[in-house]
Amino acid sequence: MADLVTNKILIATTSLAGCFGCHMSFLDIDERFFTLCEHVVFDRSPFTDIKHCGEHVDVGLIEGGLCNAENVATLREFRRHVKILVAVGACAINGGIPAMRNHIPLKECLEESYLQAIGIDSPQIPNDPELPLLLDRVRPIHEVVKVDYFLPGCPPSAEVFWTFLMDLLAARQPQLPEAQIHYD
Amino acid sequence: MLTIDGVALSFEAGQTLMEAATAAGVYLPHLCHHPEFKPHGSCKLCTVKVNGRFASACTLPAAEGQEVLSETLELRQLRVRITQMLFVEGNHFCPSCEQSGDCKLQATAYALGMLDSHFPHFFPARRVDASHPDILLDLDRCILCELCVRASRDMDGKSVFGIAGRGMESHLVVDAESGALVDTVIEVSDRAVKICPVGAILIKRTAYEKPIGQRLYDHHPIQAVLLQADQGGGSCDQ
Repeated sequence: MADLVTNKILIATTSLAGCFGCHMSFLDIDERFFTLCEHVVFDRSPFTDIKHCGEHVDVGLIEGGLCNAENVATLREFRRHVKILVAVGACAINGGIPAMRNHIPLKECLEESYLQAIGIDSPQIPNDPELPLLLDRVRPIHEVVKVDYFLPGCPPSAEVFWTFLMDLLAARQPQLPEAQIHYD
Repeated sequence: MLTIDGVALSFEAGQTLMEAATAAGVYLPHLCHHPEFKPHGSCKLCTVKVNGRFASACTLPAAEGQEVLSETLELRQLRVRITQMLFVEGNHFCPSCEQSGDCKLQATAYALGMLDSHFPHFFPARRVDASHPDILLDLDRCILCELCVRASRDMDGKSVFGIAGRGMESHLVVDAESGALVDTVIEVSDRAVKICPVGAILIKRTAYEKPIGQRLYDHHPIQAVLLQADQGGGSCDQ
């Protein structure tokens, strides 16, 4: 449902186990952002600092895969509130670089990072109740919720975001040209 | 004469469908096929419909009157699924791979318009063999096309590589009691070292030499690169 006051499309974005590179690349549409904002309003997003999705959001852009319990909760919140859920970038689509830990047992990962690594002062594995629990393996988001569209790339170029959003605003089935499909 | 997607083309006796298509400038997606080697018929990406039946174009002899379908929605979707299976059963992290931009698996996926992996990822635990001073073997990326097996056996006369295990357990092995590449007779000048379509066999100290923008498939889709190479216009191997 579009924003009732402005009749603009509502977009939410978030980064799960990602590096915010996809968000930075989105911002690379540069001055076209002004054109975009004539048609869309940002709901939950690092751009707005809104912490939770509104009741009805049209498009949700998810950067990053799932590495902890909070990622899963956030993804499920998006799926509940968003009509069109989009996996943005390599990490959301296949786990990406964070998933390279998947063949190493979680205990060994934590020990290497917090106990054995060079230069660690008072080694201890963080265990604060506020810290989200890590998953044993990093997962792409389509393994947990239904995903409606995918924008590959590490990151997807600004052109990919633009092509996708313009197709969507024109009520066309999004179609990336072959030259815009990249996995790196 | 035969037809591919309704277009008539001639062929020479003894040619496979793949060879006839390539000579006529028609691209059929493939990974295990290489024009210099006997067909292997294992990756199934070149699957076409010939007179209503599925067949591998790389192994099927071209014959008079064949009506071949290739660029249909059904075949395109099947090829995407096959490619997605290759991605999920290995560990293909393109952003960190030395072969990205020069990789036939990646470029084929681009050509097929593959946007996602569809299936759950296996994230298998596979071995990296860095024992050899000049050659790196990263089994995370191996797609079992057996091009290195064929090149080492048929061109280098060494049989350094082989496939062991069956089904899901199939994996590339090397001809050394220790299982380490350093204990084989492989040399960096071997054809087997340069034939890998993905980043499973790499020459050390050459990674990332080509910047983004100058890699094989940065500006030219695999259809164009492979047709030129397979028609004799130079090699697109590593």
